[in-house]
Amino acid sequence: MSLLHTVNKSPFERNSLESCLRLAEDGHAVLLIEDAAVAALDGTAHTETIKNATGRLSMYVLGPDLDARGLSRDRVIDGIEIVDYDRFVTLTCEHDSVQSWL
Amino acid sequence: MKFGILVNEGPYQHQASDSAYQFAQAALNAGHEVFRVFFYHDGVNNGTRLTVPPQDDRNVVDRWSELAEKHELDLVLCVAAAQRRGLLDADEAQRHGKDADNIAPGFRISGLGQLIEAAIQSDRLVTFGD
Repeated sequence: MSLLHTVNKSPFERNSLESCLRLAEDGHAVLLIEDAAVAALDGTAHTETIKNATGRLSMYVLGPDLDARGLSRDRVIDGIEIVDYDRFVTLTCEHDSVQSWL
Repeated sequence: MKFGILVNEGPYQHQASDSAYQFAQAALNAGHEVFRVFFYHDGVNNGTRLTVPPQDDRNVVDRWSELAEKHELDLVLCVAAAQRRGLLDADEAQRHGKDADNIAPGFRISGLGQLIEAAIQSDRLVTFGD
């Protein structure tokens, strides 16, 4: 069973992303939305953790949430795909279930 | 595909209601069905017609009402959460002896069973909260 995990809090604020990455199984997908978009940036204290996760998980970040926060799309870690809401919908269809980490 | 959407956070608080709205809109535009949007906890505050946000700000409540009208969406407020927070339809207002109701067009008040049913009937349940 393939899950899409959505995370909406910055890893600098809460540990939900850390919990998600620890419990997500190989091949699952993780979509960073809202304040979690900051986790997609290269050069932060969490970059190493995220980079390690891209090897076994499909990682995505919601582009409009990057833009809303003035976070440059150019700074997104290689291996994280920037998606829009249409693709968010498609991702939910492609996976068996959606787990929201709140 | 059939979607159920759960909103657990009020408008203008953080982003859950906005994200849920954008998601619902994208799903509908792609030709999917939104079986129900269920508003729980502080999410019930999305259903009051008495909000008057500044004119240059988005009107979260009206936006839901308009989407519901356009696509015949079923917008449901959890009754227990709604009563606690002062969200009443005409029946509830009368039943509790209140002098007014405040539910926005397109919304209705019902029980938690509606969330369970949405989870069963929908292919995917997507949750937005804080």
